[in-house]
Formats: sequence, C-alpha cells, structure tokens
Amino acid sequence: MSELLHIDWTKCDGRGLCTELLPNVLGRDEWGYPLARRRGTSDRTNVVISTNDAEAARDAVKLCPKLALSLGAQRSA
Amino acid sequence: MDNAMWAFGRVSGFASLAFFTVSVLLGVMTRSGRPLPGLPRFSITLIHRNISLLASVFLVLHVGSLLLDSYAKLTVTDVLVPFLGSYRPFWQGLGTVALDLVLALVVTGLLRHRIGQRTFRAVHWFSYAMWPIALAHSIGNGTNGTSTWFVTLAVASVVAVGVAIVWRLSANFLETARARQGGLT
Repeated sequence: MSELLHIDWTKCDGRGLCTELLPNVLGRDEWGYPLARRRGTSDRTNVVISTNDAEAARDAVKLCPKLALSLGAQRSA
Repeated sequence: MDNAMWAFGRVSGFASLAFFTVSVLLGVMTRSGRPLPGLPRFSITLIHRNISLLASVFLVLHVGSLLLDSYAKLTVTDVLVPFLGSYRPFWQGLGTVALDLVLALVVTGLLRHRIGQRTFRAVHWFSYAMWPIALAHSIGNGTNGTSTWFVTLAVASVVAVGVAIVWRLSANFLETARARQGGLT
C-alpha cells in the first residue's frame, strides 16, 4: 500500500533534507522548496510514496528541521 | 580510586566541552541548509544530534565522577542549584547553569515531535547561552583552565564559534538566500 507524504507549506522552509532522502520522489525549485517529480497521482502538497521509499520518507518526517512533513495512508479515490 | 575519579572528572569535562563546541558549529551549519563536501544535509543533522548526546553523556560522567570524588566536595544540591558550591562557587555555579540548560536542551530535543517546533526552537536558542557559560566554567574552575594549551584551545573555539555566528547573521547565510532575495545581490 502506498502512502501520502503531506507537506505543510506554512512550516516548510525548503531546507532540502527531504529532497536528499527522497531524490527520486522530490526535486527542488530554485528557492529550495520540494517539488514532486511525478505529477499525476501526486499533487504538490500530497506526494505519493511507494513502498520502496517508505523508510526514507519516515526518516524525512523524523529529520525535517521544521516538522513540516507527515505521512498518511493514501485515500482510495 | 579517589585520584582516578578526580582525573576522570577533569578529562570528561574537557571532552564534553570539546564535543559541545563541535555540536554548536554543526548546529549553525545545519541551520544554513547547506551540505558539506561528502556530507549531505540530513547527515549533518544526525551528527549534530549524536555529538550533542555524546557531549551530554560525558557531562553526566563529568558530574558523576566528581560527585564520587572526595576532593571536589560536590554535593547533590550543587548539581542542580548553582552558586552554592564550596570551591569557587561562582565558577562552579556556571557549570551548574550550563548543566541545567543542557538538560532542557536534551529533553526538548528528544521530544521535538511531541512539543512542537515553537517550544523546541525557543528552548534551543539557549544553546547559544549554554556554550559560553560552559566555556567560562572550564576556564574559571578547571585545574588546567588557565594553562597555555587550554587557553589556546579556548581562544580558537571562541574564534570558530564567533565566525559561525557572524556567518549565521549575515544576509547570505541560507543556501537559497540569493534566490530568495530575488537575485538582487
């Protein structure tokens, strides 16, 4: 089951830790903020995380210096 | 045994301070959002946390060994309440203040996800007070506090942390500062 990585934009400061931990999932815009690489299923705020990336995503949630990330189950639309 | 406790108390205090110095420098580094060569941002954050915890462990050993040492005449009260010590109470009291601050820093650091960013950050600012207080304690209270080698190291540490703080306060501190200033600089 895939999960959703939620980015709280009121907290995010674009420090870049999540983009390092999830290089295949998140890129960075020129101000440093994370940007989902694959659009489609993900939107900018809720990024789909595959099982392979689940552990890295958990690390990103733990290490985010602004506590801007949270993981949740993906809602079946 | 008594001599061993005394010697260990001194060397562990030195180790603790040295680790805290590195930790302050890494803390400023991680705040800038910049990686170091060969060291990604998340690694800097992890090393900052682990070196801080290592420094805290040495701090516990420092205080613990001197509590057991009869020469230091340290009491349980001195560990938490500053400026009541029998030997150089002011300088020893600074050590107590630093210890109390470290306690607050470690607890809020470990509970960051529970207490939230605002509280964590407010307490974490006290690291900038804790470090110079701990350094003053080591100079004023340490047996080698005024030895040439120690003072040389202390001056080097103050310069390093001072440069880090000046950098921290400069306009181009953030990795993304240039872009966020609209490319004006």
